[in-house]
Amino acid sequence: MPSSTETHSAPHPSTSSLGVPVRVSDVTRLFPGPVLTVDRVNLSVPAGQFVSFLGPSGCGKSTLLRLIASLDRPTSGSVEIDRTAVASTQAKSSHIASSEIDSRTSPIAFVFQDAHLLPWRSVLRNVALPLELSGLDKTARLQAALDALNEVGLSDAADRYPAQLSGGMRMRVSLARALVTRPRLLLLDEPFAALDELTRQRLDEKLYQLWQAHGMTVLFVTHSISEALYLSQRVVVFSPRPARIVADRTIDLPIERPVSLRTEPSFAAQARLLHEDLVRGGAA
Amino acid sequence: MSVNIKARLRTTALAFVTTALPPLVTLVVVTLLIEGYVRLRHVPEYLVPAPSAVAKQLLQNPSRGELLASAFTTGKAALAGFALAAALGVTLAITLSTARWIERAFYPYAVFFQTVPIIAIAPLLTIWFGDGFRAVAISAFIVSVFPVIANTLTGILSVDPALRDMFRLYRASWWSTLIKLRVPWALPNIFTGLRIAAGLAVIGAVVGEFVAGTSSEETSGLGILVLRSNKQGNTAQVFAAVIMASALGLLLFGAVNLASWLLLRRWHASASSR
Repeated sequence: MPSSTETHSAPHPSTSSLGVPVRVSDVTRLFPGPVLTVDRVNLSVPAGQFVSFLGPSGCGKSTLLRLIASLDRPTSGSVEIDRTAVASTQAKSSHIASSEIDSRTSPIAFVFQDAHLLPWRSVLRNVALPLELSGLDKTARLQAALDALNEVGLSDAADRYPAQLSGGMRMRVSLARALVTRPRLLLLDEPFAALDELTRQRLDEKLYQLWQAHGMTVLFVTHSISEALYLSQRVVVFSPRPARIVADRTIDLPIERPVSLRTEPSFAAQARLLHEDLVRGGAA
Repeated sequence: MSVNIKARLRTTALAFVTTALPPLVTLVVVTLLIEGYVRLRHVPEYLVPAPSAVAKQLLQNPSRGELLASAFTTGKAALAGFALAAALGVTLAITLSTARWIERAFYPYAVFFQTVPIIAIAPLLTIWFGDGFRAVAISAFIVSVFPVIANTLTGILSVDPALRDMFRLYRASWWSTLIKLRVPWALPNIFTGLRIAAGLAVIGAVVGEFVAGTSSEETSGLGILVLRSNKQGNTAQVFAAVIMASALGLLLFGAVNLASWLLLRRWHASASSR
């Protein structure tokens, strides 16, 4: 495991067992054509780990993420998510009545490349939607939605409509919507790719804090080396289509990650390794 | 602040001048030209009535009362046909969208249905539904249902795939996906269909009356009035009836627009940018 400077008192996220372990065994996805998009991928992610899938655009890493979410089925191979893994340690910084919500909802949440909010719903009702779909009563789900909005720093925008928000704010709403069910596995598919650099860094930081607070397992698809590095405990590098694992690196960076970390020499050194992995994998 | 308000008033006034004034000027000029031509050349009224004669029909009794009563009869049938087209059209489109094979099996017939000339099948309507309101309303329905089906279907089939995935991920039922995602998503398209249907429903009702309208004095519609005035050589009244018919169409269109604006202004560009 990473981190030589782990001196503070907060528990290491990967030891919190809110997250679920994920095992991808020999997964292949062949689309009609035939186009081979994912080629015999094997991957084992322990509970609560933050893993980035790094690879060139269109390489098939998004397909892999959809397969893990069971939004798509592998042509061969299997994906196992151990939902029975017990959540013994409660996440700390949240007032959500988690036991009530946990029992009703899917343990998986998915964040797409764009916010994909329902334009006819207010921000609050957008965030409450997953709980509404699973039948939680109104007061409980609106309270939970407000808490989730609070966590992403948007509680004062609850009554506004998506069209009235900036791209970065919309993405934060999307993040709150994913968090509202207290997912044990959070899948993100290049969520901040369309945002400007500064907004993106701020959201990366937010996401990192949320992961530290909740300890869910996170799989994060990106084509940005510095984003993958900044966020992750581990980075899996993929080749261009079909997606094959080129490298699987444990990231050696402190658990506390200020924004300034991106300019440190140790950061640059590891970025260089990932860059070499990408080039070796065949990305131009 | 007051400068701001003044500036806004000025832009509003400017918007009025640039958008509403040109058509009004056209209307006045054309009306005056016709009026002048008809008077100077002594065109007989049964051929082309002077606009002033048409106006007299519209504004003075007894013709005014007759026109209003007829418009009411036609309006009722058109509204009934339109309501049926809206309800059935949306329901049918939802049914067609549930599975590819259903769409393949039935959509061609919806298209075929639309191409059937209403004037040719209107006599059948009198056989099946008798003369009067029902046959006329059905005629309005037949003419106006297709645009509702086609537009609703387009809207429902264009639901954002990511949102569909999200609803699937949270195991939403078919019903909640329908009312929380697919129908609201299709609303702008549904309203496009309804706007087209509004005008068509009035046309369908008038044409239906040509064939299936009852000719009793107090309940006859605009279609019957057109036929009767035409036979009597009262061309001014024919024109007046035509104007009433388009006023009905505009009224229905306006109602749809209002409903659309109320429902969509918060979130849809088609409504909020106005």
